[in-house]
Amino acid sequence: MRLLGHRLTIPALIGLIIIALNVIAALGAPLIAPFDQADVVGDAWGDPDPQHILGLDNLGRDLFSRLIYGARMSIGLSFVITCLSFFIGVVTGFTAAVMRGWVDLGLSRLVDLLLSMPTLIFAFIILSVLGTDLPVLIITIAILDSVKVFRLARALAMNIAAMEYVEVARVRGEGLWWVITKEILPNAMAPLIAEFGLRFSFAFLFIAALSFLGLGVQPPDADWGSMVRDYRDMINLDSLAPLYPAGAIAILTIGVNFVVDWMLSIHSRSHGEGA
Amino acid sequence: MSGHGRKVGETILKVEKLRVEVRTDRGNGPTLVHDVSLELKRGEVIGLIGESGAGKSTIGLCTLGYTRGGCRMTGGQLFFEGRDIRQMSATERRALRGPGVSYIAQSAAASFNPAMTLMQQVCEIPVKHGILSVAEAEATAKRLFRELELPNPDTFGDRYPHQVSGGQLQRAMAAMAMAAKPDILVFDEPTTALDVTTQVEVLASFRKLIREHGTAAIYITHDLAVVAQIADHIMVLRHGKMVELGTCDQILQAPREEYTRRLVAERVAGHAFREDLDTGEAPLLQVSNVVASYHSLLRVIDNVSVEVRRGDTVAVVGESGSGKSTLARVIIGLLPRQSGDIRFQGQSLPPALKDRSKDQLRRVQMIYQMADVALNPNQTLHEIIGRPVQFYFGRSREDVRKRVLELLRLMDLPETFINRKPGELSGGQKQRIGIARALAAEPDLIICDEVTSALDQLVGEEILRLLKKLQEELGLAYLFITHDLGTVKRIANKVAVMLKGKLVAGGETSKVFAPPYHPYTKLLLSSVPEMRSDWLDEVLASRVQTLAAVRAAQVSLPG
Repeated sequence: MRLLGHRLTIPALIGLIIIALNVIAALGAPLIAPFDQADVVGDAWGDPDPQHILGLDNLGRDLFSRLIYGARMSIGLSFVITCLSFFIGVVTGFTAAVMRGWVDLGLSRLVDLLLSMPTLIFAFIILSVLGTDLPVLIITIAILDSVKVFRLARALAMNIAAMEYVEVARVRGEGLWWVITKEILPNAMAPLIAEFGLRFSFAFLFIAALSFLGLGVQPPDADWGSMVRDYRDMINLDSLAPLYPAGAIAILTIGVNFVVDWMLSIHSRSHGEGA
Repeated sequence: MSGHGRKVGETILKVEKLRVEVRTDRGNGPTLVHDVSLELKRGEVIGLIGESGAGKSTIGLCTLGYTRGGCRMTGGQLFFEGRDIRQMSATERRALRGPGVSYIAQSAAASFNPAMTLMQQVCEIPVKHGILSVAEAEATAKRLFRELELPNPDTFGDRYPHQVSGGQLQRAMAAMAMAAKPDILVFDEPTTALDVTTQVEVLASFRKLIREHGTAAIYITHDLAVVAQIADHIMVLRHGKMVELGTCDQILQAPREEYTRRLVAERVAGHAFREDLDTGEAPLLQVSNVVASYHSLLRVIDNVSVEVRRGDTVAVVGESGSGKSTLARVIIGLLPRQSGDIRFQGQSLPPALKDRSKDQLRRVQMIYQMADVALNPNQTLHEIIGRPVQFYFGRSREDVRKRVLELLRLMDLPETFINRKPGELSGGQKQRIGIARALAAEPDLIICDEVTSALDQLVGEEILRLLKKLQEELGLAYLFITHDLGTVKRIANKVAVMLKGKLVAGGETSKVFAPPYHPYTKLLLSSVPEMRSDWLDEVLASRVQTLAAVRAAQVSLPG
């Protein structure tokens, strides 16, 4: 099997299937889920039966429905955060690489400053000060994540900016925005996409961790991280409830990484062929 | 394998109907080498010559039992001392490389490990193969350094690759290849990346090495004049097929095939000087007493003055490091000058790029040496050529497209290319796109930075012809930066010779390139390989005096 003109490896195929299933679940949550995520449909910790295939949770909500709605929240949130962090990181990273001098120095030191602080602790401080609204959560994680994107984007752009076609554009008198979007970005696309996949998994795990600690997605919205937190005590009572959301997190992360590995291998191979 | 019963004249390598094809997981690709046969005797040098893609390097690598990724030997035999290399196991092939056949690559800088001393790397092969002890290997290395005329042969090996010059590194690589006393040396374009003056010295030490050791060699190059100095036989290759095989003199003096004739003629013909056109008009570009440097006290450009008139082709020549490319960067404003003045049509140009007006930027365009990196691989030709039209003249989409098609026609390229990307073009075609992009800005002056040196000879010749035609039609002026003096003689009416950032000679080509020469000009001129097998001997004979004269002249330079 092939995709985008490259042969698909078996792990990549598995990864793509996992991602596809998750995206379908996220997009079609109201259609697929038998119940609403907030509906109390029975007793707390009700056993699985044909109507509630994974059983009920601590408040008597359908676990399967919450898992599907959780996919929507977790994946949607990570996607928005990763997109935003890439936008910030790529624009600032490319600008630093093209402008050099003081701009580069200023931005790079600022990024070093942010990198020197433990991300989770830093997120804690901001979220406890500003509250845990979704927009605040998105912007905070996006900015913290964008410093890592900045590093990669700057390194990539440094190499590309040394190419003569970028020099040609500068000598022509083109502005910064043209140089960044038309000359550099298309040539940095492959590694950036691979990094996007990787960052997506990290953002995903980060939200799960924050939710687990109570600073992420707030009830009654379902999200895999907070589900693990809510059900964690049940592990002592031989219940499988906390393992479902935890397993979902693990499987999606592995799936995304399979695809990212495959994309990275294409990237390095096409470079080898060109040499 | 080596060292026993070396007899000059005995066949050491016999290649019969070698065929190499591309095989990848996407199926079979083109055939790179079609049934090529050759025979190499001990003490003999065979030159493989052809354009890029002719299969010369592929054949060279096959003698090491190696093919590049994706390629496979699919037919024929390669007998090394009677044993077929194709039938050898991986272990046997490994034993062959080094003591049997050794390889000298074009880019010595990329072939040395920067973290190890030269001595460690030269001794590696014989010690690994157990031929010599470490002490013996070091003694051999020192002897080779001496034979190759490297400075301070006893301590040369203690240096790291970045501490020696390009020519020295290339010779160190020959020492590395020679250390295990191979039966065959494969030289793959070993002097192509060097300056002409350095090339002469490296070539001379290679020839001496081969003759003194009686080693057989395969010498791969695209330059017929270079191979003529060193080879006994020459094989001309094209598209993986043998065109002609003959002795050196026969190929040079009586080529049988049309293609060989063209190769020979390209170098011999066309050494006529261009007339100087003095129209009495004010100069288009006037560079006066310019000084520039890269954040240091060392002046990369030191008090240089050049004048370009409309319709002029002014050549700037010199070795690498002479500051000729930096001069171009100073003129277009990428490197702001520190003092001096640059006037364009009588108007002083601001030193820095960002202070120049759009119109000032438009009037001076540049064409680069490496078309590969000068064209954005992710843009179509429409975008590449169309952008300056849109940017400088703000034309409508329709007009931009029309202009791009017009420029493609002017470059003798089919209009259907408009939606292609640079990756789908050949080297010569890419360079034409570089020219088209420069012309799209409708400039008065085009700076050509080594535009033909990355191209094959015949392709480069076409580019020069195209530039000449454009000059006649559009009245352009060229500032032509090159190290190839053959080209200069043919196309430039004025020339500026640079040495270590200073201008040593300048003026009309016919005067600069005629006696009495500046000693450095003489050295440069005498270093251009000529199509005679005795050229190298003549140059070497007169070289000592020329070098002494250059040194004397450098001391008396102003500044």
